Amino acid sequence: METKRLTTSDLDAIWAEAPAPAKMWIRVGMDTGGIAAGARQVYDALIDARDDLGLKIDIRKTGSLGLSYADPVVVVGGVDRPTVVFGAMDAESARDLIVRHCRDGYLLEDRVIATHERGRDLGGQPQVAMLVKDTSPRKNQDRTAFFQDLIREELGVHHQQAKVRVYRAKDMGLYQKGVCVQLLPSRVTYTNVSGPDIRRMIEETLQGGQVLTDLLETAGDPQQRIVLRNCGLIDPDELQSYLQAGGYRGLKRALTEMTPEQVIEEMKVSGLRGRGGAGFPTWLKWKLTRDPVADRKIVICNGDEGDPGAFMDRSVLEGDPHAVLEGLMISAYAIGAETGFFYIRAEYPLAVERIQRAIDQCRAAGLLGRNILGSDFSFDAQVRLGAGAFVCGEETALIASIEGRRGSPEPRPPYPSVKGLWGKPTSINNVETLAAVSVILDEGGEWYAGFGTEKSRGTKVFAVTGKVQNPQLVEVPMGIPIRTVIEDVCGGADHGARIKAVQTGGPSGGVIPLDKLDTPVTYESLQALGSIMGSGGMLVMDESDSMVDVAKFYLGFCVEESCGKCAPCRIGGFQMLKLLEKIHAGNGDPDDLGTIRDICHCMKTASLCGLGQTAPNPVLSTLQYFEEEYLDLVDKRRATSANQKREAITQWERV
Amino acid sequence: MSMGTELGNLLDWVEGIRRRVRELAKEWEDQEGNLIMILHAIQNEFGYIPRGVASELSKELGISMARIYEVITFYHYFRLTPPGRHTIQVCMGTACYLKGAMDLQNELERQLKATGGRDGEFHLESVRCIGCCGMAPAVVVDGETHGRLCPNDMAGILKEKRGK
Ligand SMILES: Cc1cc2nc3c(=O)[nH]c(=O)nc-3n(C[C@H](O)[C@H](O)[C@H](O)COP(=O)(O)O)c2cc1C
Ligand code: SF4
Ligand code: FES
Repeated sequence: METKRLTTSDLDAIWAEAPAPAKMWIRVGMDTGGIAAGARQVYDALIDARDDLGLKIDIRKTGSLGLSYADPVVVVGGVDRPTVVFGAMDAESARDLIVRHCRDGYLLEDRVIATHERGRDLGGQPQVAMLVKDTSPRKNQDRTAFFQDLIREELGVHHQQAKVRVYRAKDMGLYQKGVCVQLLPSRVTYTNVSGPDIRRMIEETLQGGQVLTDLLETAGDPQQRIVLRNCGLIDPDELQSYLQAGGYRGLKRALTEMTPEQVIEEMKVSGLRGRGGAGFPTWLKWKLTRDPVADRKIVICNGDEGDPGAFMDRSVLEGDPHAVLEGLMISAYAIGAETGFFYIRAEYPLAVERIQRAIDQCRAAGLLGRNILGSDFSFDAQVRLGAGAFVCGEETALIASIEGRRGSPEPRPPYPSVKGLWGKPTSINNVETLAAVSVILDEGGEWYAGFGTEKSRGTKVFAVTGKVQNPQLVEVPMGIPIRTVIEDVCGGADHGARIKAVQTGGPSGGVIPLDKLDTPVTYESLQALGSIMGSGGMLVMDESDSMVDVAKFYLGFCVEESCGKCAPCRIGGFQMLKLLEKIHAGNGDPDDLGTIRDICHCMKTASLCGLGQTAPNPVLSTLQYFEEEYLDLVDKRRATSANQKREAITQWERV
Repeated sequence: MSMGTELGNLLDWVEGIRRRVRELAKEWEDQEGNLIMILHAIQNEFGYIPRGVASELSKELGISMARIYEVITFYHYFRLTPPGRHTIQVCMGTACYLKGAMDLQNELERQLKATGGRDGEFHLESVRCIGCCGMAPAVVVDGETHGRLCPNDMAGILKEKRGK
């Protein structure tokens, strides 16, 4: 099937007819994170158990849904059955899943995850299951099992225990809302359920068909999956799977209905800005690369993802490779390029494999090559590997690396849009940017501009990690408060601790203290705080983390990754790191802070490339908001009292 | 075994490498900017980039050894020495660092010293984010990921691999 060249009418037919859904299907999240947690064993066990029992279930691998804390994740759905997400699976529970869930219709204790999707009414259907979870922060007083028993008893009193089953949920996507209960299949969710509410739930809701409005959770899901639209749902190794999800509609629209200028205009309307860090308007970059006259132009997808602790781009490359390829093709059409490159970190072998497969499939289907879809547009793409150098994420260094040289940045101008790879006009876009491009061309620029704020349109993907309850990948419209991402989606600090600060932008970014967490996520507001949007890493730190240590960690990273070409970065960074180490070891003196500020200023203004220019950010922002921690370290008397304070807090946490 | 056959084997081996380098270079011949991709292919095959192979490559591509070494030494990914029988990679990404990756690293170094250092059996290195921040701190042993670790787990990890 896939070796056949596709025509526009083939595509129209695929998009028009929804494939008959399987009676029962299972998707296993097999991205790097899932596989590391054991998703392969889970997948094999599911297949074995299915074949043992001779059941007809469509089992496939997919990318990541983003729920990193629950890896390996398995999703089960089908005709006339609610889609259910299971987390923390292993081979044994995979077998249980087939036998007890797929065959017998039970759910699995402590594995079900209630996603953020919630119902408002019962849909006129009898409810068959209840998920329970105590979402209070203190883990040692978990009342989940206790409430499960209470509800079961009360169901028994009402002779309902055979009709409605009660399960402990692994996660509810709700936090600090007491005991929560979700009914299936309606997904009506009650929060802060107390003992006496149990009888009401049974009599009024289950038997009476009435929703208890005083307990009903009405807050919607703050997330908006545009870039991650297919991740964790489609099979990333199948072109067909992407096509059935509406894939390559954007490309077809561009090629058959629009001129390159109109495509650029559509991007302008969408307001999309680069997601790789700098936030440069995508349409303008394309126009600046389109304008120069040249015998050849080139487009590049930047998949170098340098922030050590962020995995947005990897998840998209692994979960929806065709979406990125489609975005690259559209950018090539807009610019007038016939050659494209994916520059991907060698440390991401699975992403490389899936992109390469996507390219091979498109070549076979005629979506890459000469006269794509019968148009005048010809294009082909290739993969190039990075080799473990953070600085190669910078445009000019990336170009040097593809040319087979060491990755040292060059002064700009000339910008790559004028003189790029092999001296030809080149447009470089980030993975997430390109994944957004494909859907923008499909749904329209105006649709996309409807999300986010005036200057920061659309959505942004964040990888939330560190001392947070549920580390995961989150996609939210721009403009919502950082607090919503950290607390409402990811559950706030782990173990009921207190958040101290959130770091955004990785080694080029800064920290945002707790009292600024209500700041909306936009390019401008984060910059105003001394941080940056960056590529999307969000590191949560709690009271036990030392800000000086964090600054030292990021600066150490930049010093190690400095290419050494210019003095402010090479020498300044090294000297500043020595000072930070001295301070951290307790040997600093107050003058050191002044010296550090001077070096920061010099690096920011005199470094050649973004690495050196932004490397001081983590240091400057910790100095701005947590200067007392530095002072505690350089002044021993203060240090003693600070230690006492910290000890007192720890004591208090223990009680 | 006589000296003659041993030398013969060695020459065969060198010839084999020459042929292999020629094949790899050929595969990438018409592709622009191929040096780094060829180096990747060499490292995949040999586990590192042996000097002899680099020198063959220099002849084959007509690029000076100095330029090849400039590239190899610039990029952290390329190795100039053979890896140990077992590779232990400690993730030093931010999430793992914050959750105690340094303690894991220190413990591993302590254990390896205590039992005779890095004797070629274990190759200890740190890497940046291996993509399972949800399981931080994480360590990869011969390609297999272990997550949510504490220093006390390190002895067991080494014991399981030692002598295998
Ligand atoms: C030191 C440094 C590292 C960078 N790393 C990345 C990266 O890993 N991924 C990325 O997309 N952009 C990175 N960038 C930004 C790119 O240079 C470039 O701005 C971006 O890829 C443009 O794509 P966009 O307009 O779609 O954001 C980095 C920049 C600097 C200065
Ligand atoms: S700022 Fe640093 S990384 Fe950038 S060119 Fe100068 S030395 Fe190299
Ligand atoms: S930081 Fe260690 S896995 Fe991401």
